Amino acid sequence: MPARAEKLIFEYSRPGRGATDQWPREFGAPLDIPAELARRAPPLLPEVSELEVVRHFTRLSQLNFSIDTHFYPLGSCTMKYNPKACNAFAMLPPLLARHPLAPLSHSQGVLACLHELQEMLKAVTGMQAVSLTPMAGAQGEFAGVAMIRAYHRSRGDLARKEIIVPEAAHGTNPATATMCGCIVKEIPVGADGDVDLAALEAAVGPATAGIMLTNPSTLGVFERRILEVAEVVHAAGGLLYYDGANLNAILGKVRPADMGFDVIHMNLHKTFSTPHGGGGPGAGAVGVSKRLEPFLPVPIVGKEGERYRWLTERDRPQSIGRLSGFMGNAGVLLRAYIYMRMLGREGMRQVAEHATLNANYLLARLARAGFEPAYPARRASHELIVTLKRMARELEVTAMDFAKRLLDYGFHAPTTYFPLLVPECLLIEPTETESKQALDAFVDAMIAIGSEARADPERVRSAPHSTVVRRLDDVRAAKQLDLGWKQGAAS
Amino acid sequence: MAFIPHTPEDVAEMLAAIGVTSIEQLFDEIPASVRAGELSGVPEAMSEMEIGKLMMQRAGADGLPLSFIGAGAYEHHIPAAVWAIATRGEFYSAYTPYQAEASQGTLQTIYEFQTMIASLTGMAVANASLYDGASAFAEALLMAVRIHRKSSSLKILVPRAVHPHYRDAARAITSQQGLKLEELAYDPQSGRTPLEALQAHEGADISALAIQQPNFFGVLEDADALSDWARSRGMPVIAIVNPTSLALLRPPGEWRGAADIVVGEGQPLGVPLSSGGPYFGFMASRMEHVRQMPGRIVGRTLDVANEPGFTLTLQAREQHIRRGRATSNICTNQGLMVTAATVYLSLMGPRGLERVAAACHARTRELHGALCRIEGVRAAFTGPYFHECVLQLDRPVAPVLDALAARDILGGFDLTPYYPELGHALLACATETKTSADIRTLASALRDALQAQHAA
Repeated sequence: MPARAEKLIFEYSRPGRGATDQWPREFGAPLDIPAELARRAPPLLPEVSELEVVRHFTRLSQLNFSIDTHFYPLGSCTMKYNPKACNAFAMLPPLLARHPLAPLSHSQGVLACLHELQEMLKAVTGMQAVSLTPMAGAQGEFAGVAMIRAYHRSRGDLARKEIIVPEAAHGTNPATATMCGCIVKEIPVGADGDVDLAALEAAVGPATAGIMLTNPSTLGVFERRILEVAEVVHAAGGLLYYDGANLNAILGKVRPADMGFDVIHMNLHKTFSTPHGGGGPGAGAVGVSKRLEPFLPVPIVGKEGERYRWLTERDRPQSIGRLSGFMGNAGVLLRAYIYMRMLGREGMRQVAEHATLNANYLLARLARAGFEPAYPARRASHELIVTLKRMARELEVTAMDFAKRLLDYGFHAPTTYFPLLVPECLLIEPTETESKQALDAFVDAMIAIGSEARADPERVRSAPHSTVVRRLDDVRAAKQLDLGWKQGAAS
Repeated sequence: MAFIPHTPEDVAEMLAAIGVTSIEQLFDEIPASVRAGELSGVPEAMSEMEIGKLMMQRAGADGLPLSFIGAGAYEHHIPAAVWAIATRGEFYSAYTPYQAEASQGTLQTIYEFQTMIASLTGMAVANASLYDGASAFAEALLMAVRIHRKSSSLKILVPRAVHPHYRDAARAITSQQGLKLEELAYDPQSGRTPLEALQAHEGADISALAIQQPNFFGVLEDADALSDWARSRGMPVIAIVNPTSLALLRPPGEWRGAADIVVGEGQPLGVPLSSGGPYFGFMASRMEHVRQMPGRIVGRTLDVANEPGFTLTLQAREQHIRRGRATSNICTNQGLMVTAATVYLSLMGPRGLERVAAACHARTRELHGALCRIEGVRAAFTGPYFHECVLQLDRPVAPVLDALAARDILGGFDLTPYYPELGHALLACATETKTSADIRTLASALRDALQAQHAA
């Protein structure tokens, strides 16, 4: 990977240059746009040749770590291989060209794929109905909490505004609760990693709308008393929401419905291998039990005989509504569909089994090498946490330093400092698509850095050394805001 | 199957290292009562060859009709280089750029994107994108309420001429926090939102005004008058715009009542129609509001060796830091689509984008002219329009569209369910992808459809 910085595209501009082969022919007819509505000066866009564009962005791509180039054990992100077939077939020309408002006569192919995807997601989760429309996990969470509120309101239970969230929860959970006009109530997690049942019992009551849980939890361990948790919340009149971020650990082995969950969102860009794309797009399909089905966001794919059609607000008058301009991230959904068809029912199970095998193998090797697991008495799920708090205290080498040094060894760092509960932590998720050799190489690098931390701590503290930039000044970035290039600015 | 590389030998060695005798043992903390049985609802695995054949079949079933549908998603030529670059593994399979040193490619691309969007919209700053135009509009409403501290009504004025799906999504998302969308009528002659509609709210406590330009009908609003009314009364102005049109139209940052927040659907910028997604919503604002903006923002800074570099910034607004007090729960930007759009805008440049916009406008004028010459078809509105227009038929639209679809022509979008007051109305669009021959094909087929039903 070249460690050489690349100019901004604007710095290649020359007035009058352009990728003219891409432009439509000039129209001689004068435009009849009223003068007061017309643009006065052209926008700041590059004036470059096509080769300059291709070279610039190809070079930029080479500055990235990615699954295609590096082992990327980001905990809770599920960085598994994105099969090329999913992309290739989702991008078949007729599928790319299809307008979202095309009539049903020209939609049966796509609708068949989406309907089958709905059915497969129902099967793996045990839920009774699915909507594919939320465009990301966070939007899926929004839909889930909104449906819980709608359910309570429909029964005249207007006091239920509290959402319970374990303190180790992902930030989107309380943010979502707030977006839905709810009050967040945090409960502690025990030293063994399970939710504190006594605290939960004290927290539920007539104001409880529901609880948001991930299982396995954000601590990388299975919530062993999940059935009791479900019992407590249901008995108090609340519903259970499942954050599907960690579904990869239990795919084909456990169905969230069987654990007592009433509504779930799935991260198709995690468990079902749709591309992360440098930050998106995702897809956060939601699944519900029968009693929440009327509230699902629309549109949903329906089937009548052999024919597919869209179900809208007209069919679902109690729906929480639409969450997007059209029907959600169809292209992402098609990739998930293709992936699930390739896995088949055997493959689902194998995903969870090998993801869990890989995480437990890393746990065993890292523990033996002297790293401190956060929950040494527990099985790892599909991910594990080690805490570097001792190293931080004794050698002043932090989890952040470790993460940066891993970049020099050619590995993307694991997730750092999440969950907040475990100090100086690394949350490591290998996924099932990594070989034993890849895992061994990672452990060897961790061991090497551990030795460096003792022998030459400054080398670790000042890492990374080999990347194109090193330890960017975040404080300066937030204080001296430079959020876009200005013409005439120094480069 | 499942892209799992493990050999039986690998598995045996790994189990031994862990100290168990089977993979099943690794699941022993999970209560037996919740263990799933056979997943009967999932079919058998398929090879890549098999799924490839199925997808070809399914894609073929939907065909490649000649389409004149716009209504918020637009068919444009996408240069081959755009997706050749965006599907490079280094962009496609990279994560959110939290480790900045490992993600300078993505981060610099976003910085360039932010620059282009800010300039296109005439605003000071843009974010790294939101999910789509409709949800970006919802986020803009929430942001407007946050910045307009003097107002407590949570009431937003939204023209009826704003895209119906945008209004629906905004309602679904913002009603959870108590926002109320108050509809402004449009003038049935011109198709514009008249100043009178605003004046009815004189003196009321209003949180913000939204203006879509061009509006859903393709009609050009008097953005100066509407925005000026709001600004001079201390109300934030939210603009919803089509990014291609900004090559020719005055951007919201330069309206007489300069916008506070600008959003829109970025799909026209190098993103395929793809049945409705994935797209991306862009958002830009005045610099004074930047800390209230949802979503990710990339900034340029210096590293430890004083070299310039890019990083996510102002993260204190976001969910992973502020949790329950975040500006939004959003955890995604549409990274892949943003990459495509940045490449597209780099290839187009200011003159290429202007050509695309001008071609769309000219073709739609041609379409408008050709169709209005048909007996039974007339223009709905008198106001100036841009790249989309509303036509009224002398009979119900749906059967006419069905007849056209049977000839593999998608004649437009039926407005009847959304705007019954317009009678038998159709929204039609011709972009630079349509030729004069295509327009003649549509006109001829429409004439046939109307004559056939006459005879019947």
